[in-house]
Amino acid sequence: MAFIEARDISKTYSLGDVEVSALMDVSLTIEKGEFVSIMGPSGSGKSTFMNILGCLDKPTGGKYLLDGTDVSGMDRDRLAEIRNRKIGFVFQGFNLLPRTSALENVELPMFYKGVAANERKERALKALEMVGLAGRQSHFPNQLSGGQQQRVAIARALVNDAPIILADEPTGNLDTRTSQEIMGLFVRLNADSAITIILVTHEPDIAAFSRRWVRFMDGRIIKDEEAAQRHG
Amino acid sequence: MVNIPWTARLALRALKVNKMRSALTMLGIIIGVSAVIAMLAVGSGATRRITEQISSMGSNLLIILPGSTTSGGLRMGAGTQPTLTSGDARAIADEAPAVDAVAPVLSGAAQVVNGRQNWSTVVTGTTPAMLYVRGWTLSGGRPFTGADVKNATKVCLLGQTVVDNLFGDEDPVGKIVKIKNLPFTVIGVLGVKGQSVMGQDQDDTIYIPLTTAQRKLFGTAFPGMVRIIMVKGKSTGQLDEAQTQITDILRQRHHIGPRQDDDFTVRNLTQLMQTAEQSTRIMTLLLGAIASVSLLVGGIGIMNIMLVSITERTREIGIRMAIGAKTWDIRVQFLMEAFIMSLIGGGAGIALGIGGSVVLSKIAGWPTSVSSFSILLASCFSGAVGIFFGFYPAYKASLLNPIDALRYE
Ligand SMILES: Nc1ncnc2c1ncn2[C@@H]1O[C@H](COP(=O)(O)OP(=O)(O)OP(=O)(O)O)[C@@H](O)[C@H]1O
Ligand SMILES: [Mg+2]
Repeated sequence: MAFIEARDISKTYSLGDVEVSALMDVSLTIEKGEFVSIMGPSGSGKSTFMNILGCLDKPTGGKYLLDGTDVSGMDRDRLAEIRNRKIGFVFQGFNLLPRTSALENVELPMFYKGVAANERKERALKALEMVGLAGRQSHFPNQLSGGQQQRVAIARALVNDAPIILADEPTGNLDTRTSQEIMGLFVRLNADSAITIILVTHEPDIAAFSRRWVRFMDGRIIKDEEAAQRHG
Repeated sequence: MVNIPWTARLALRALKVNKMRSALTMLGIIIGVSAVIAMLAVGSGATRRITEQISSMGSNLLIILPGSTTSGGLRMGAGTQPTLTSGDARAIADEAPAVDAVAPVLSGAAQVVNGRQNWSTVVTGTTPAMLYVRGWTLSGGRPFTGADVKNATKVCLLGQTVVDNLFGDEDPVGKIVKIKNLPFTVIGVLGVKGQSVMGQDQDDTIYIPLTTAQRKLFGTAFPGMVRIIMVKGKSTGQLDEAQTQITDILRQRHHIGPRQDDDFTVRNLTQLMQTAEQSTRIMTLLLGAIASVSLLVGGIGIMNIMLVSITERTREIGIRMAIGAKTWDIRVQFLMEAFIMSLIGGGAGIALGIGGSVVLSKIAGWPTSVSSFSILLASCFSGAVGIFFGFYPAYKASLLNPIDALRYE
């Protein structure tokens, strides 16, 4: 059984009289430890699909199985629990809590999981160290560069040992060098911890870090190719 | 499973971000609670003073005054017609079973002189029963006796105010004072009573035997005349009975026909107390209404600000939801903010109310007493207001769609 299995997923938005089909019968399976890039033109449904994979949104048709369980019929609290334990999000706009230190931002998922205080701090510090931010734990988001903020977001995504990281244009707001560093971090996490990473990007040299490329067009998958032993 | 201490810290931090706004929001609660505390303090202080004053008059007290009462309860010229006599007092004492003791009074203003000191006061001629009827003890010397009344001796008991003005720190017992130029021997000093209900100084008085007053001090129109008769009933429950018995006895003695009005009035001081209690109750009701309105307004203010704050922080809510906050995590977070705001408002209101009542009693001289009950009540109410008015905004926040909240600009 596949780790992530989307079967004939469709998503339709109704705006008054007009129906917008953002996704049409999208099927995709992803195994544990894969590193997948999702590409495609603007408006092709990449973010819509990612949100469904991340249990932030529900499909209007089809079935989504995560780690063998059907997520479609779950209530919001069960979905919140799944997001908390299984999925780490990395957004284009970082989405850190303002006026909240890096440490506390990273601790946040553990609060909602109910992790004890001392363990919380220890794990958060470790996660910050892992993303190369040791010593920056008391900085506020507005005291950090974009790249550093994104590292905090990655630490937050890692800290609950989530097996999946979903990153929607994580380098969209970063310069080329910083983007390369962030991607290096993802590659390392994928290689060392076998974390499944799915990322949306427009840039081929960002997508080049992954080993599978899925291309969207007008709400459908038009191409799905895997690297043949590219990174060994 | 919600982490309450953490949520409380979170809420405090959120409130600190908008200090001015939070303070202004609390203002409604602060004003409401402090007004309630101060007014309750003034109210219970007033009640306590009235109760003290009425009981200082003596318990189970009836006062008989000359003159009639109209059906509307208005006293018409009472005290103007000399219709009461020592004989009436004796008859009541002998014939009314519900009556414990009787003290007739003939009083008048007089100049009192000790050497070079002089003082104008009320001289009260009465019988030895007076001290018992009014529950009055002596702070020195001895009371006058039945023999003193019988022989119309020139002895007197001085109230503390009179002692202070004529003798200063000296012990007056055994000394001679001149009342209307007649020498009287001071045989005792009355204990301190303080102010009466009407605000008079009860200690500014001199007691002398009734007969002395009638024969030597105040020339009366006819012998045996008294101005008022004070009666102590056997018990509070028997006061109505005593009143009826007194009325029957006096109507008979004054030869009043069945269709004629009484030529005297019997006043019940317990009724006065009940009236005072009733007006306090009305005041409390009124305060309750004021409290409810101000807390309601304060609560609506909190709700309003919470709704604004939730709109402003939609993105934060989205981030929290994406990261794993459940329905109740979000609800408790915002409920906590509302609760803490109203609680801090309540606390500040209590402090301000206590301060205000201290100032009121210092400046206006009103007696105030802040009860722990009113503090408890105020804290409970302000907390409840926060939770009640915070619930809808918190509920609304918890129902946001995570993806919409995350995308909110
Ligand atoms: N909440 C919404 N209401 C209505 N239509 C929506 C909504 N969200 C997305 N859409 C529509 O769905 C389609 C897919 O949008 P989506 O955001 O998934 O595109 P995308 O591939 O992520 O584009 P981009 O690369 O610009 O981020 C678009 O046509 C968009 O207009
Ligand atoms: Mg997108």
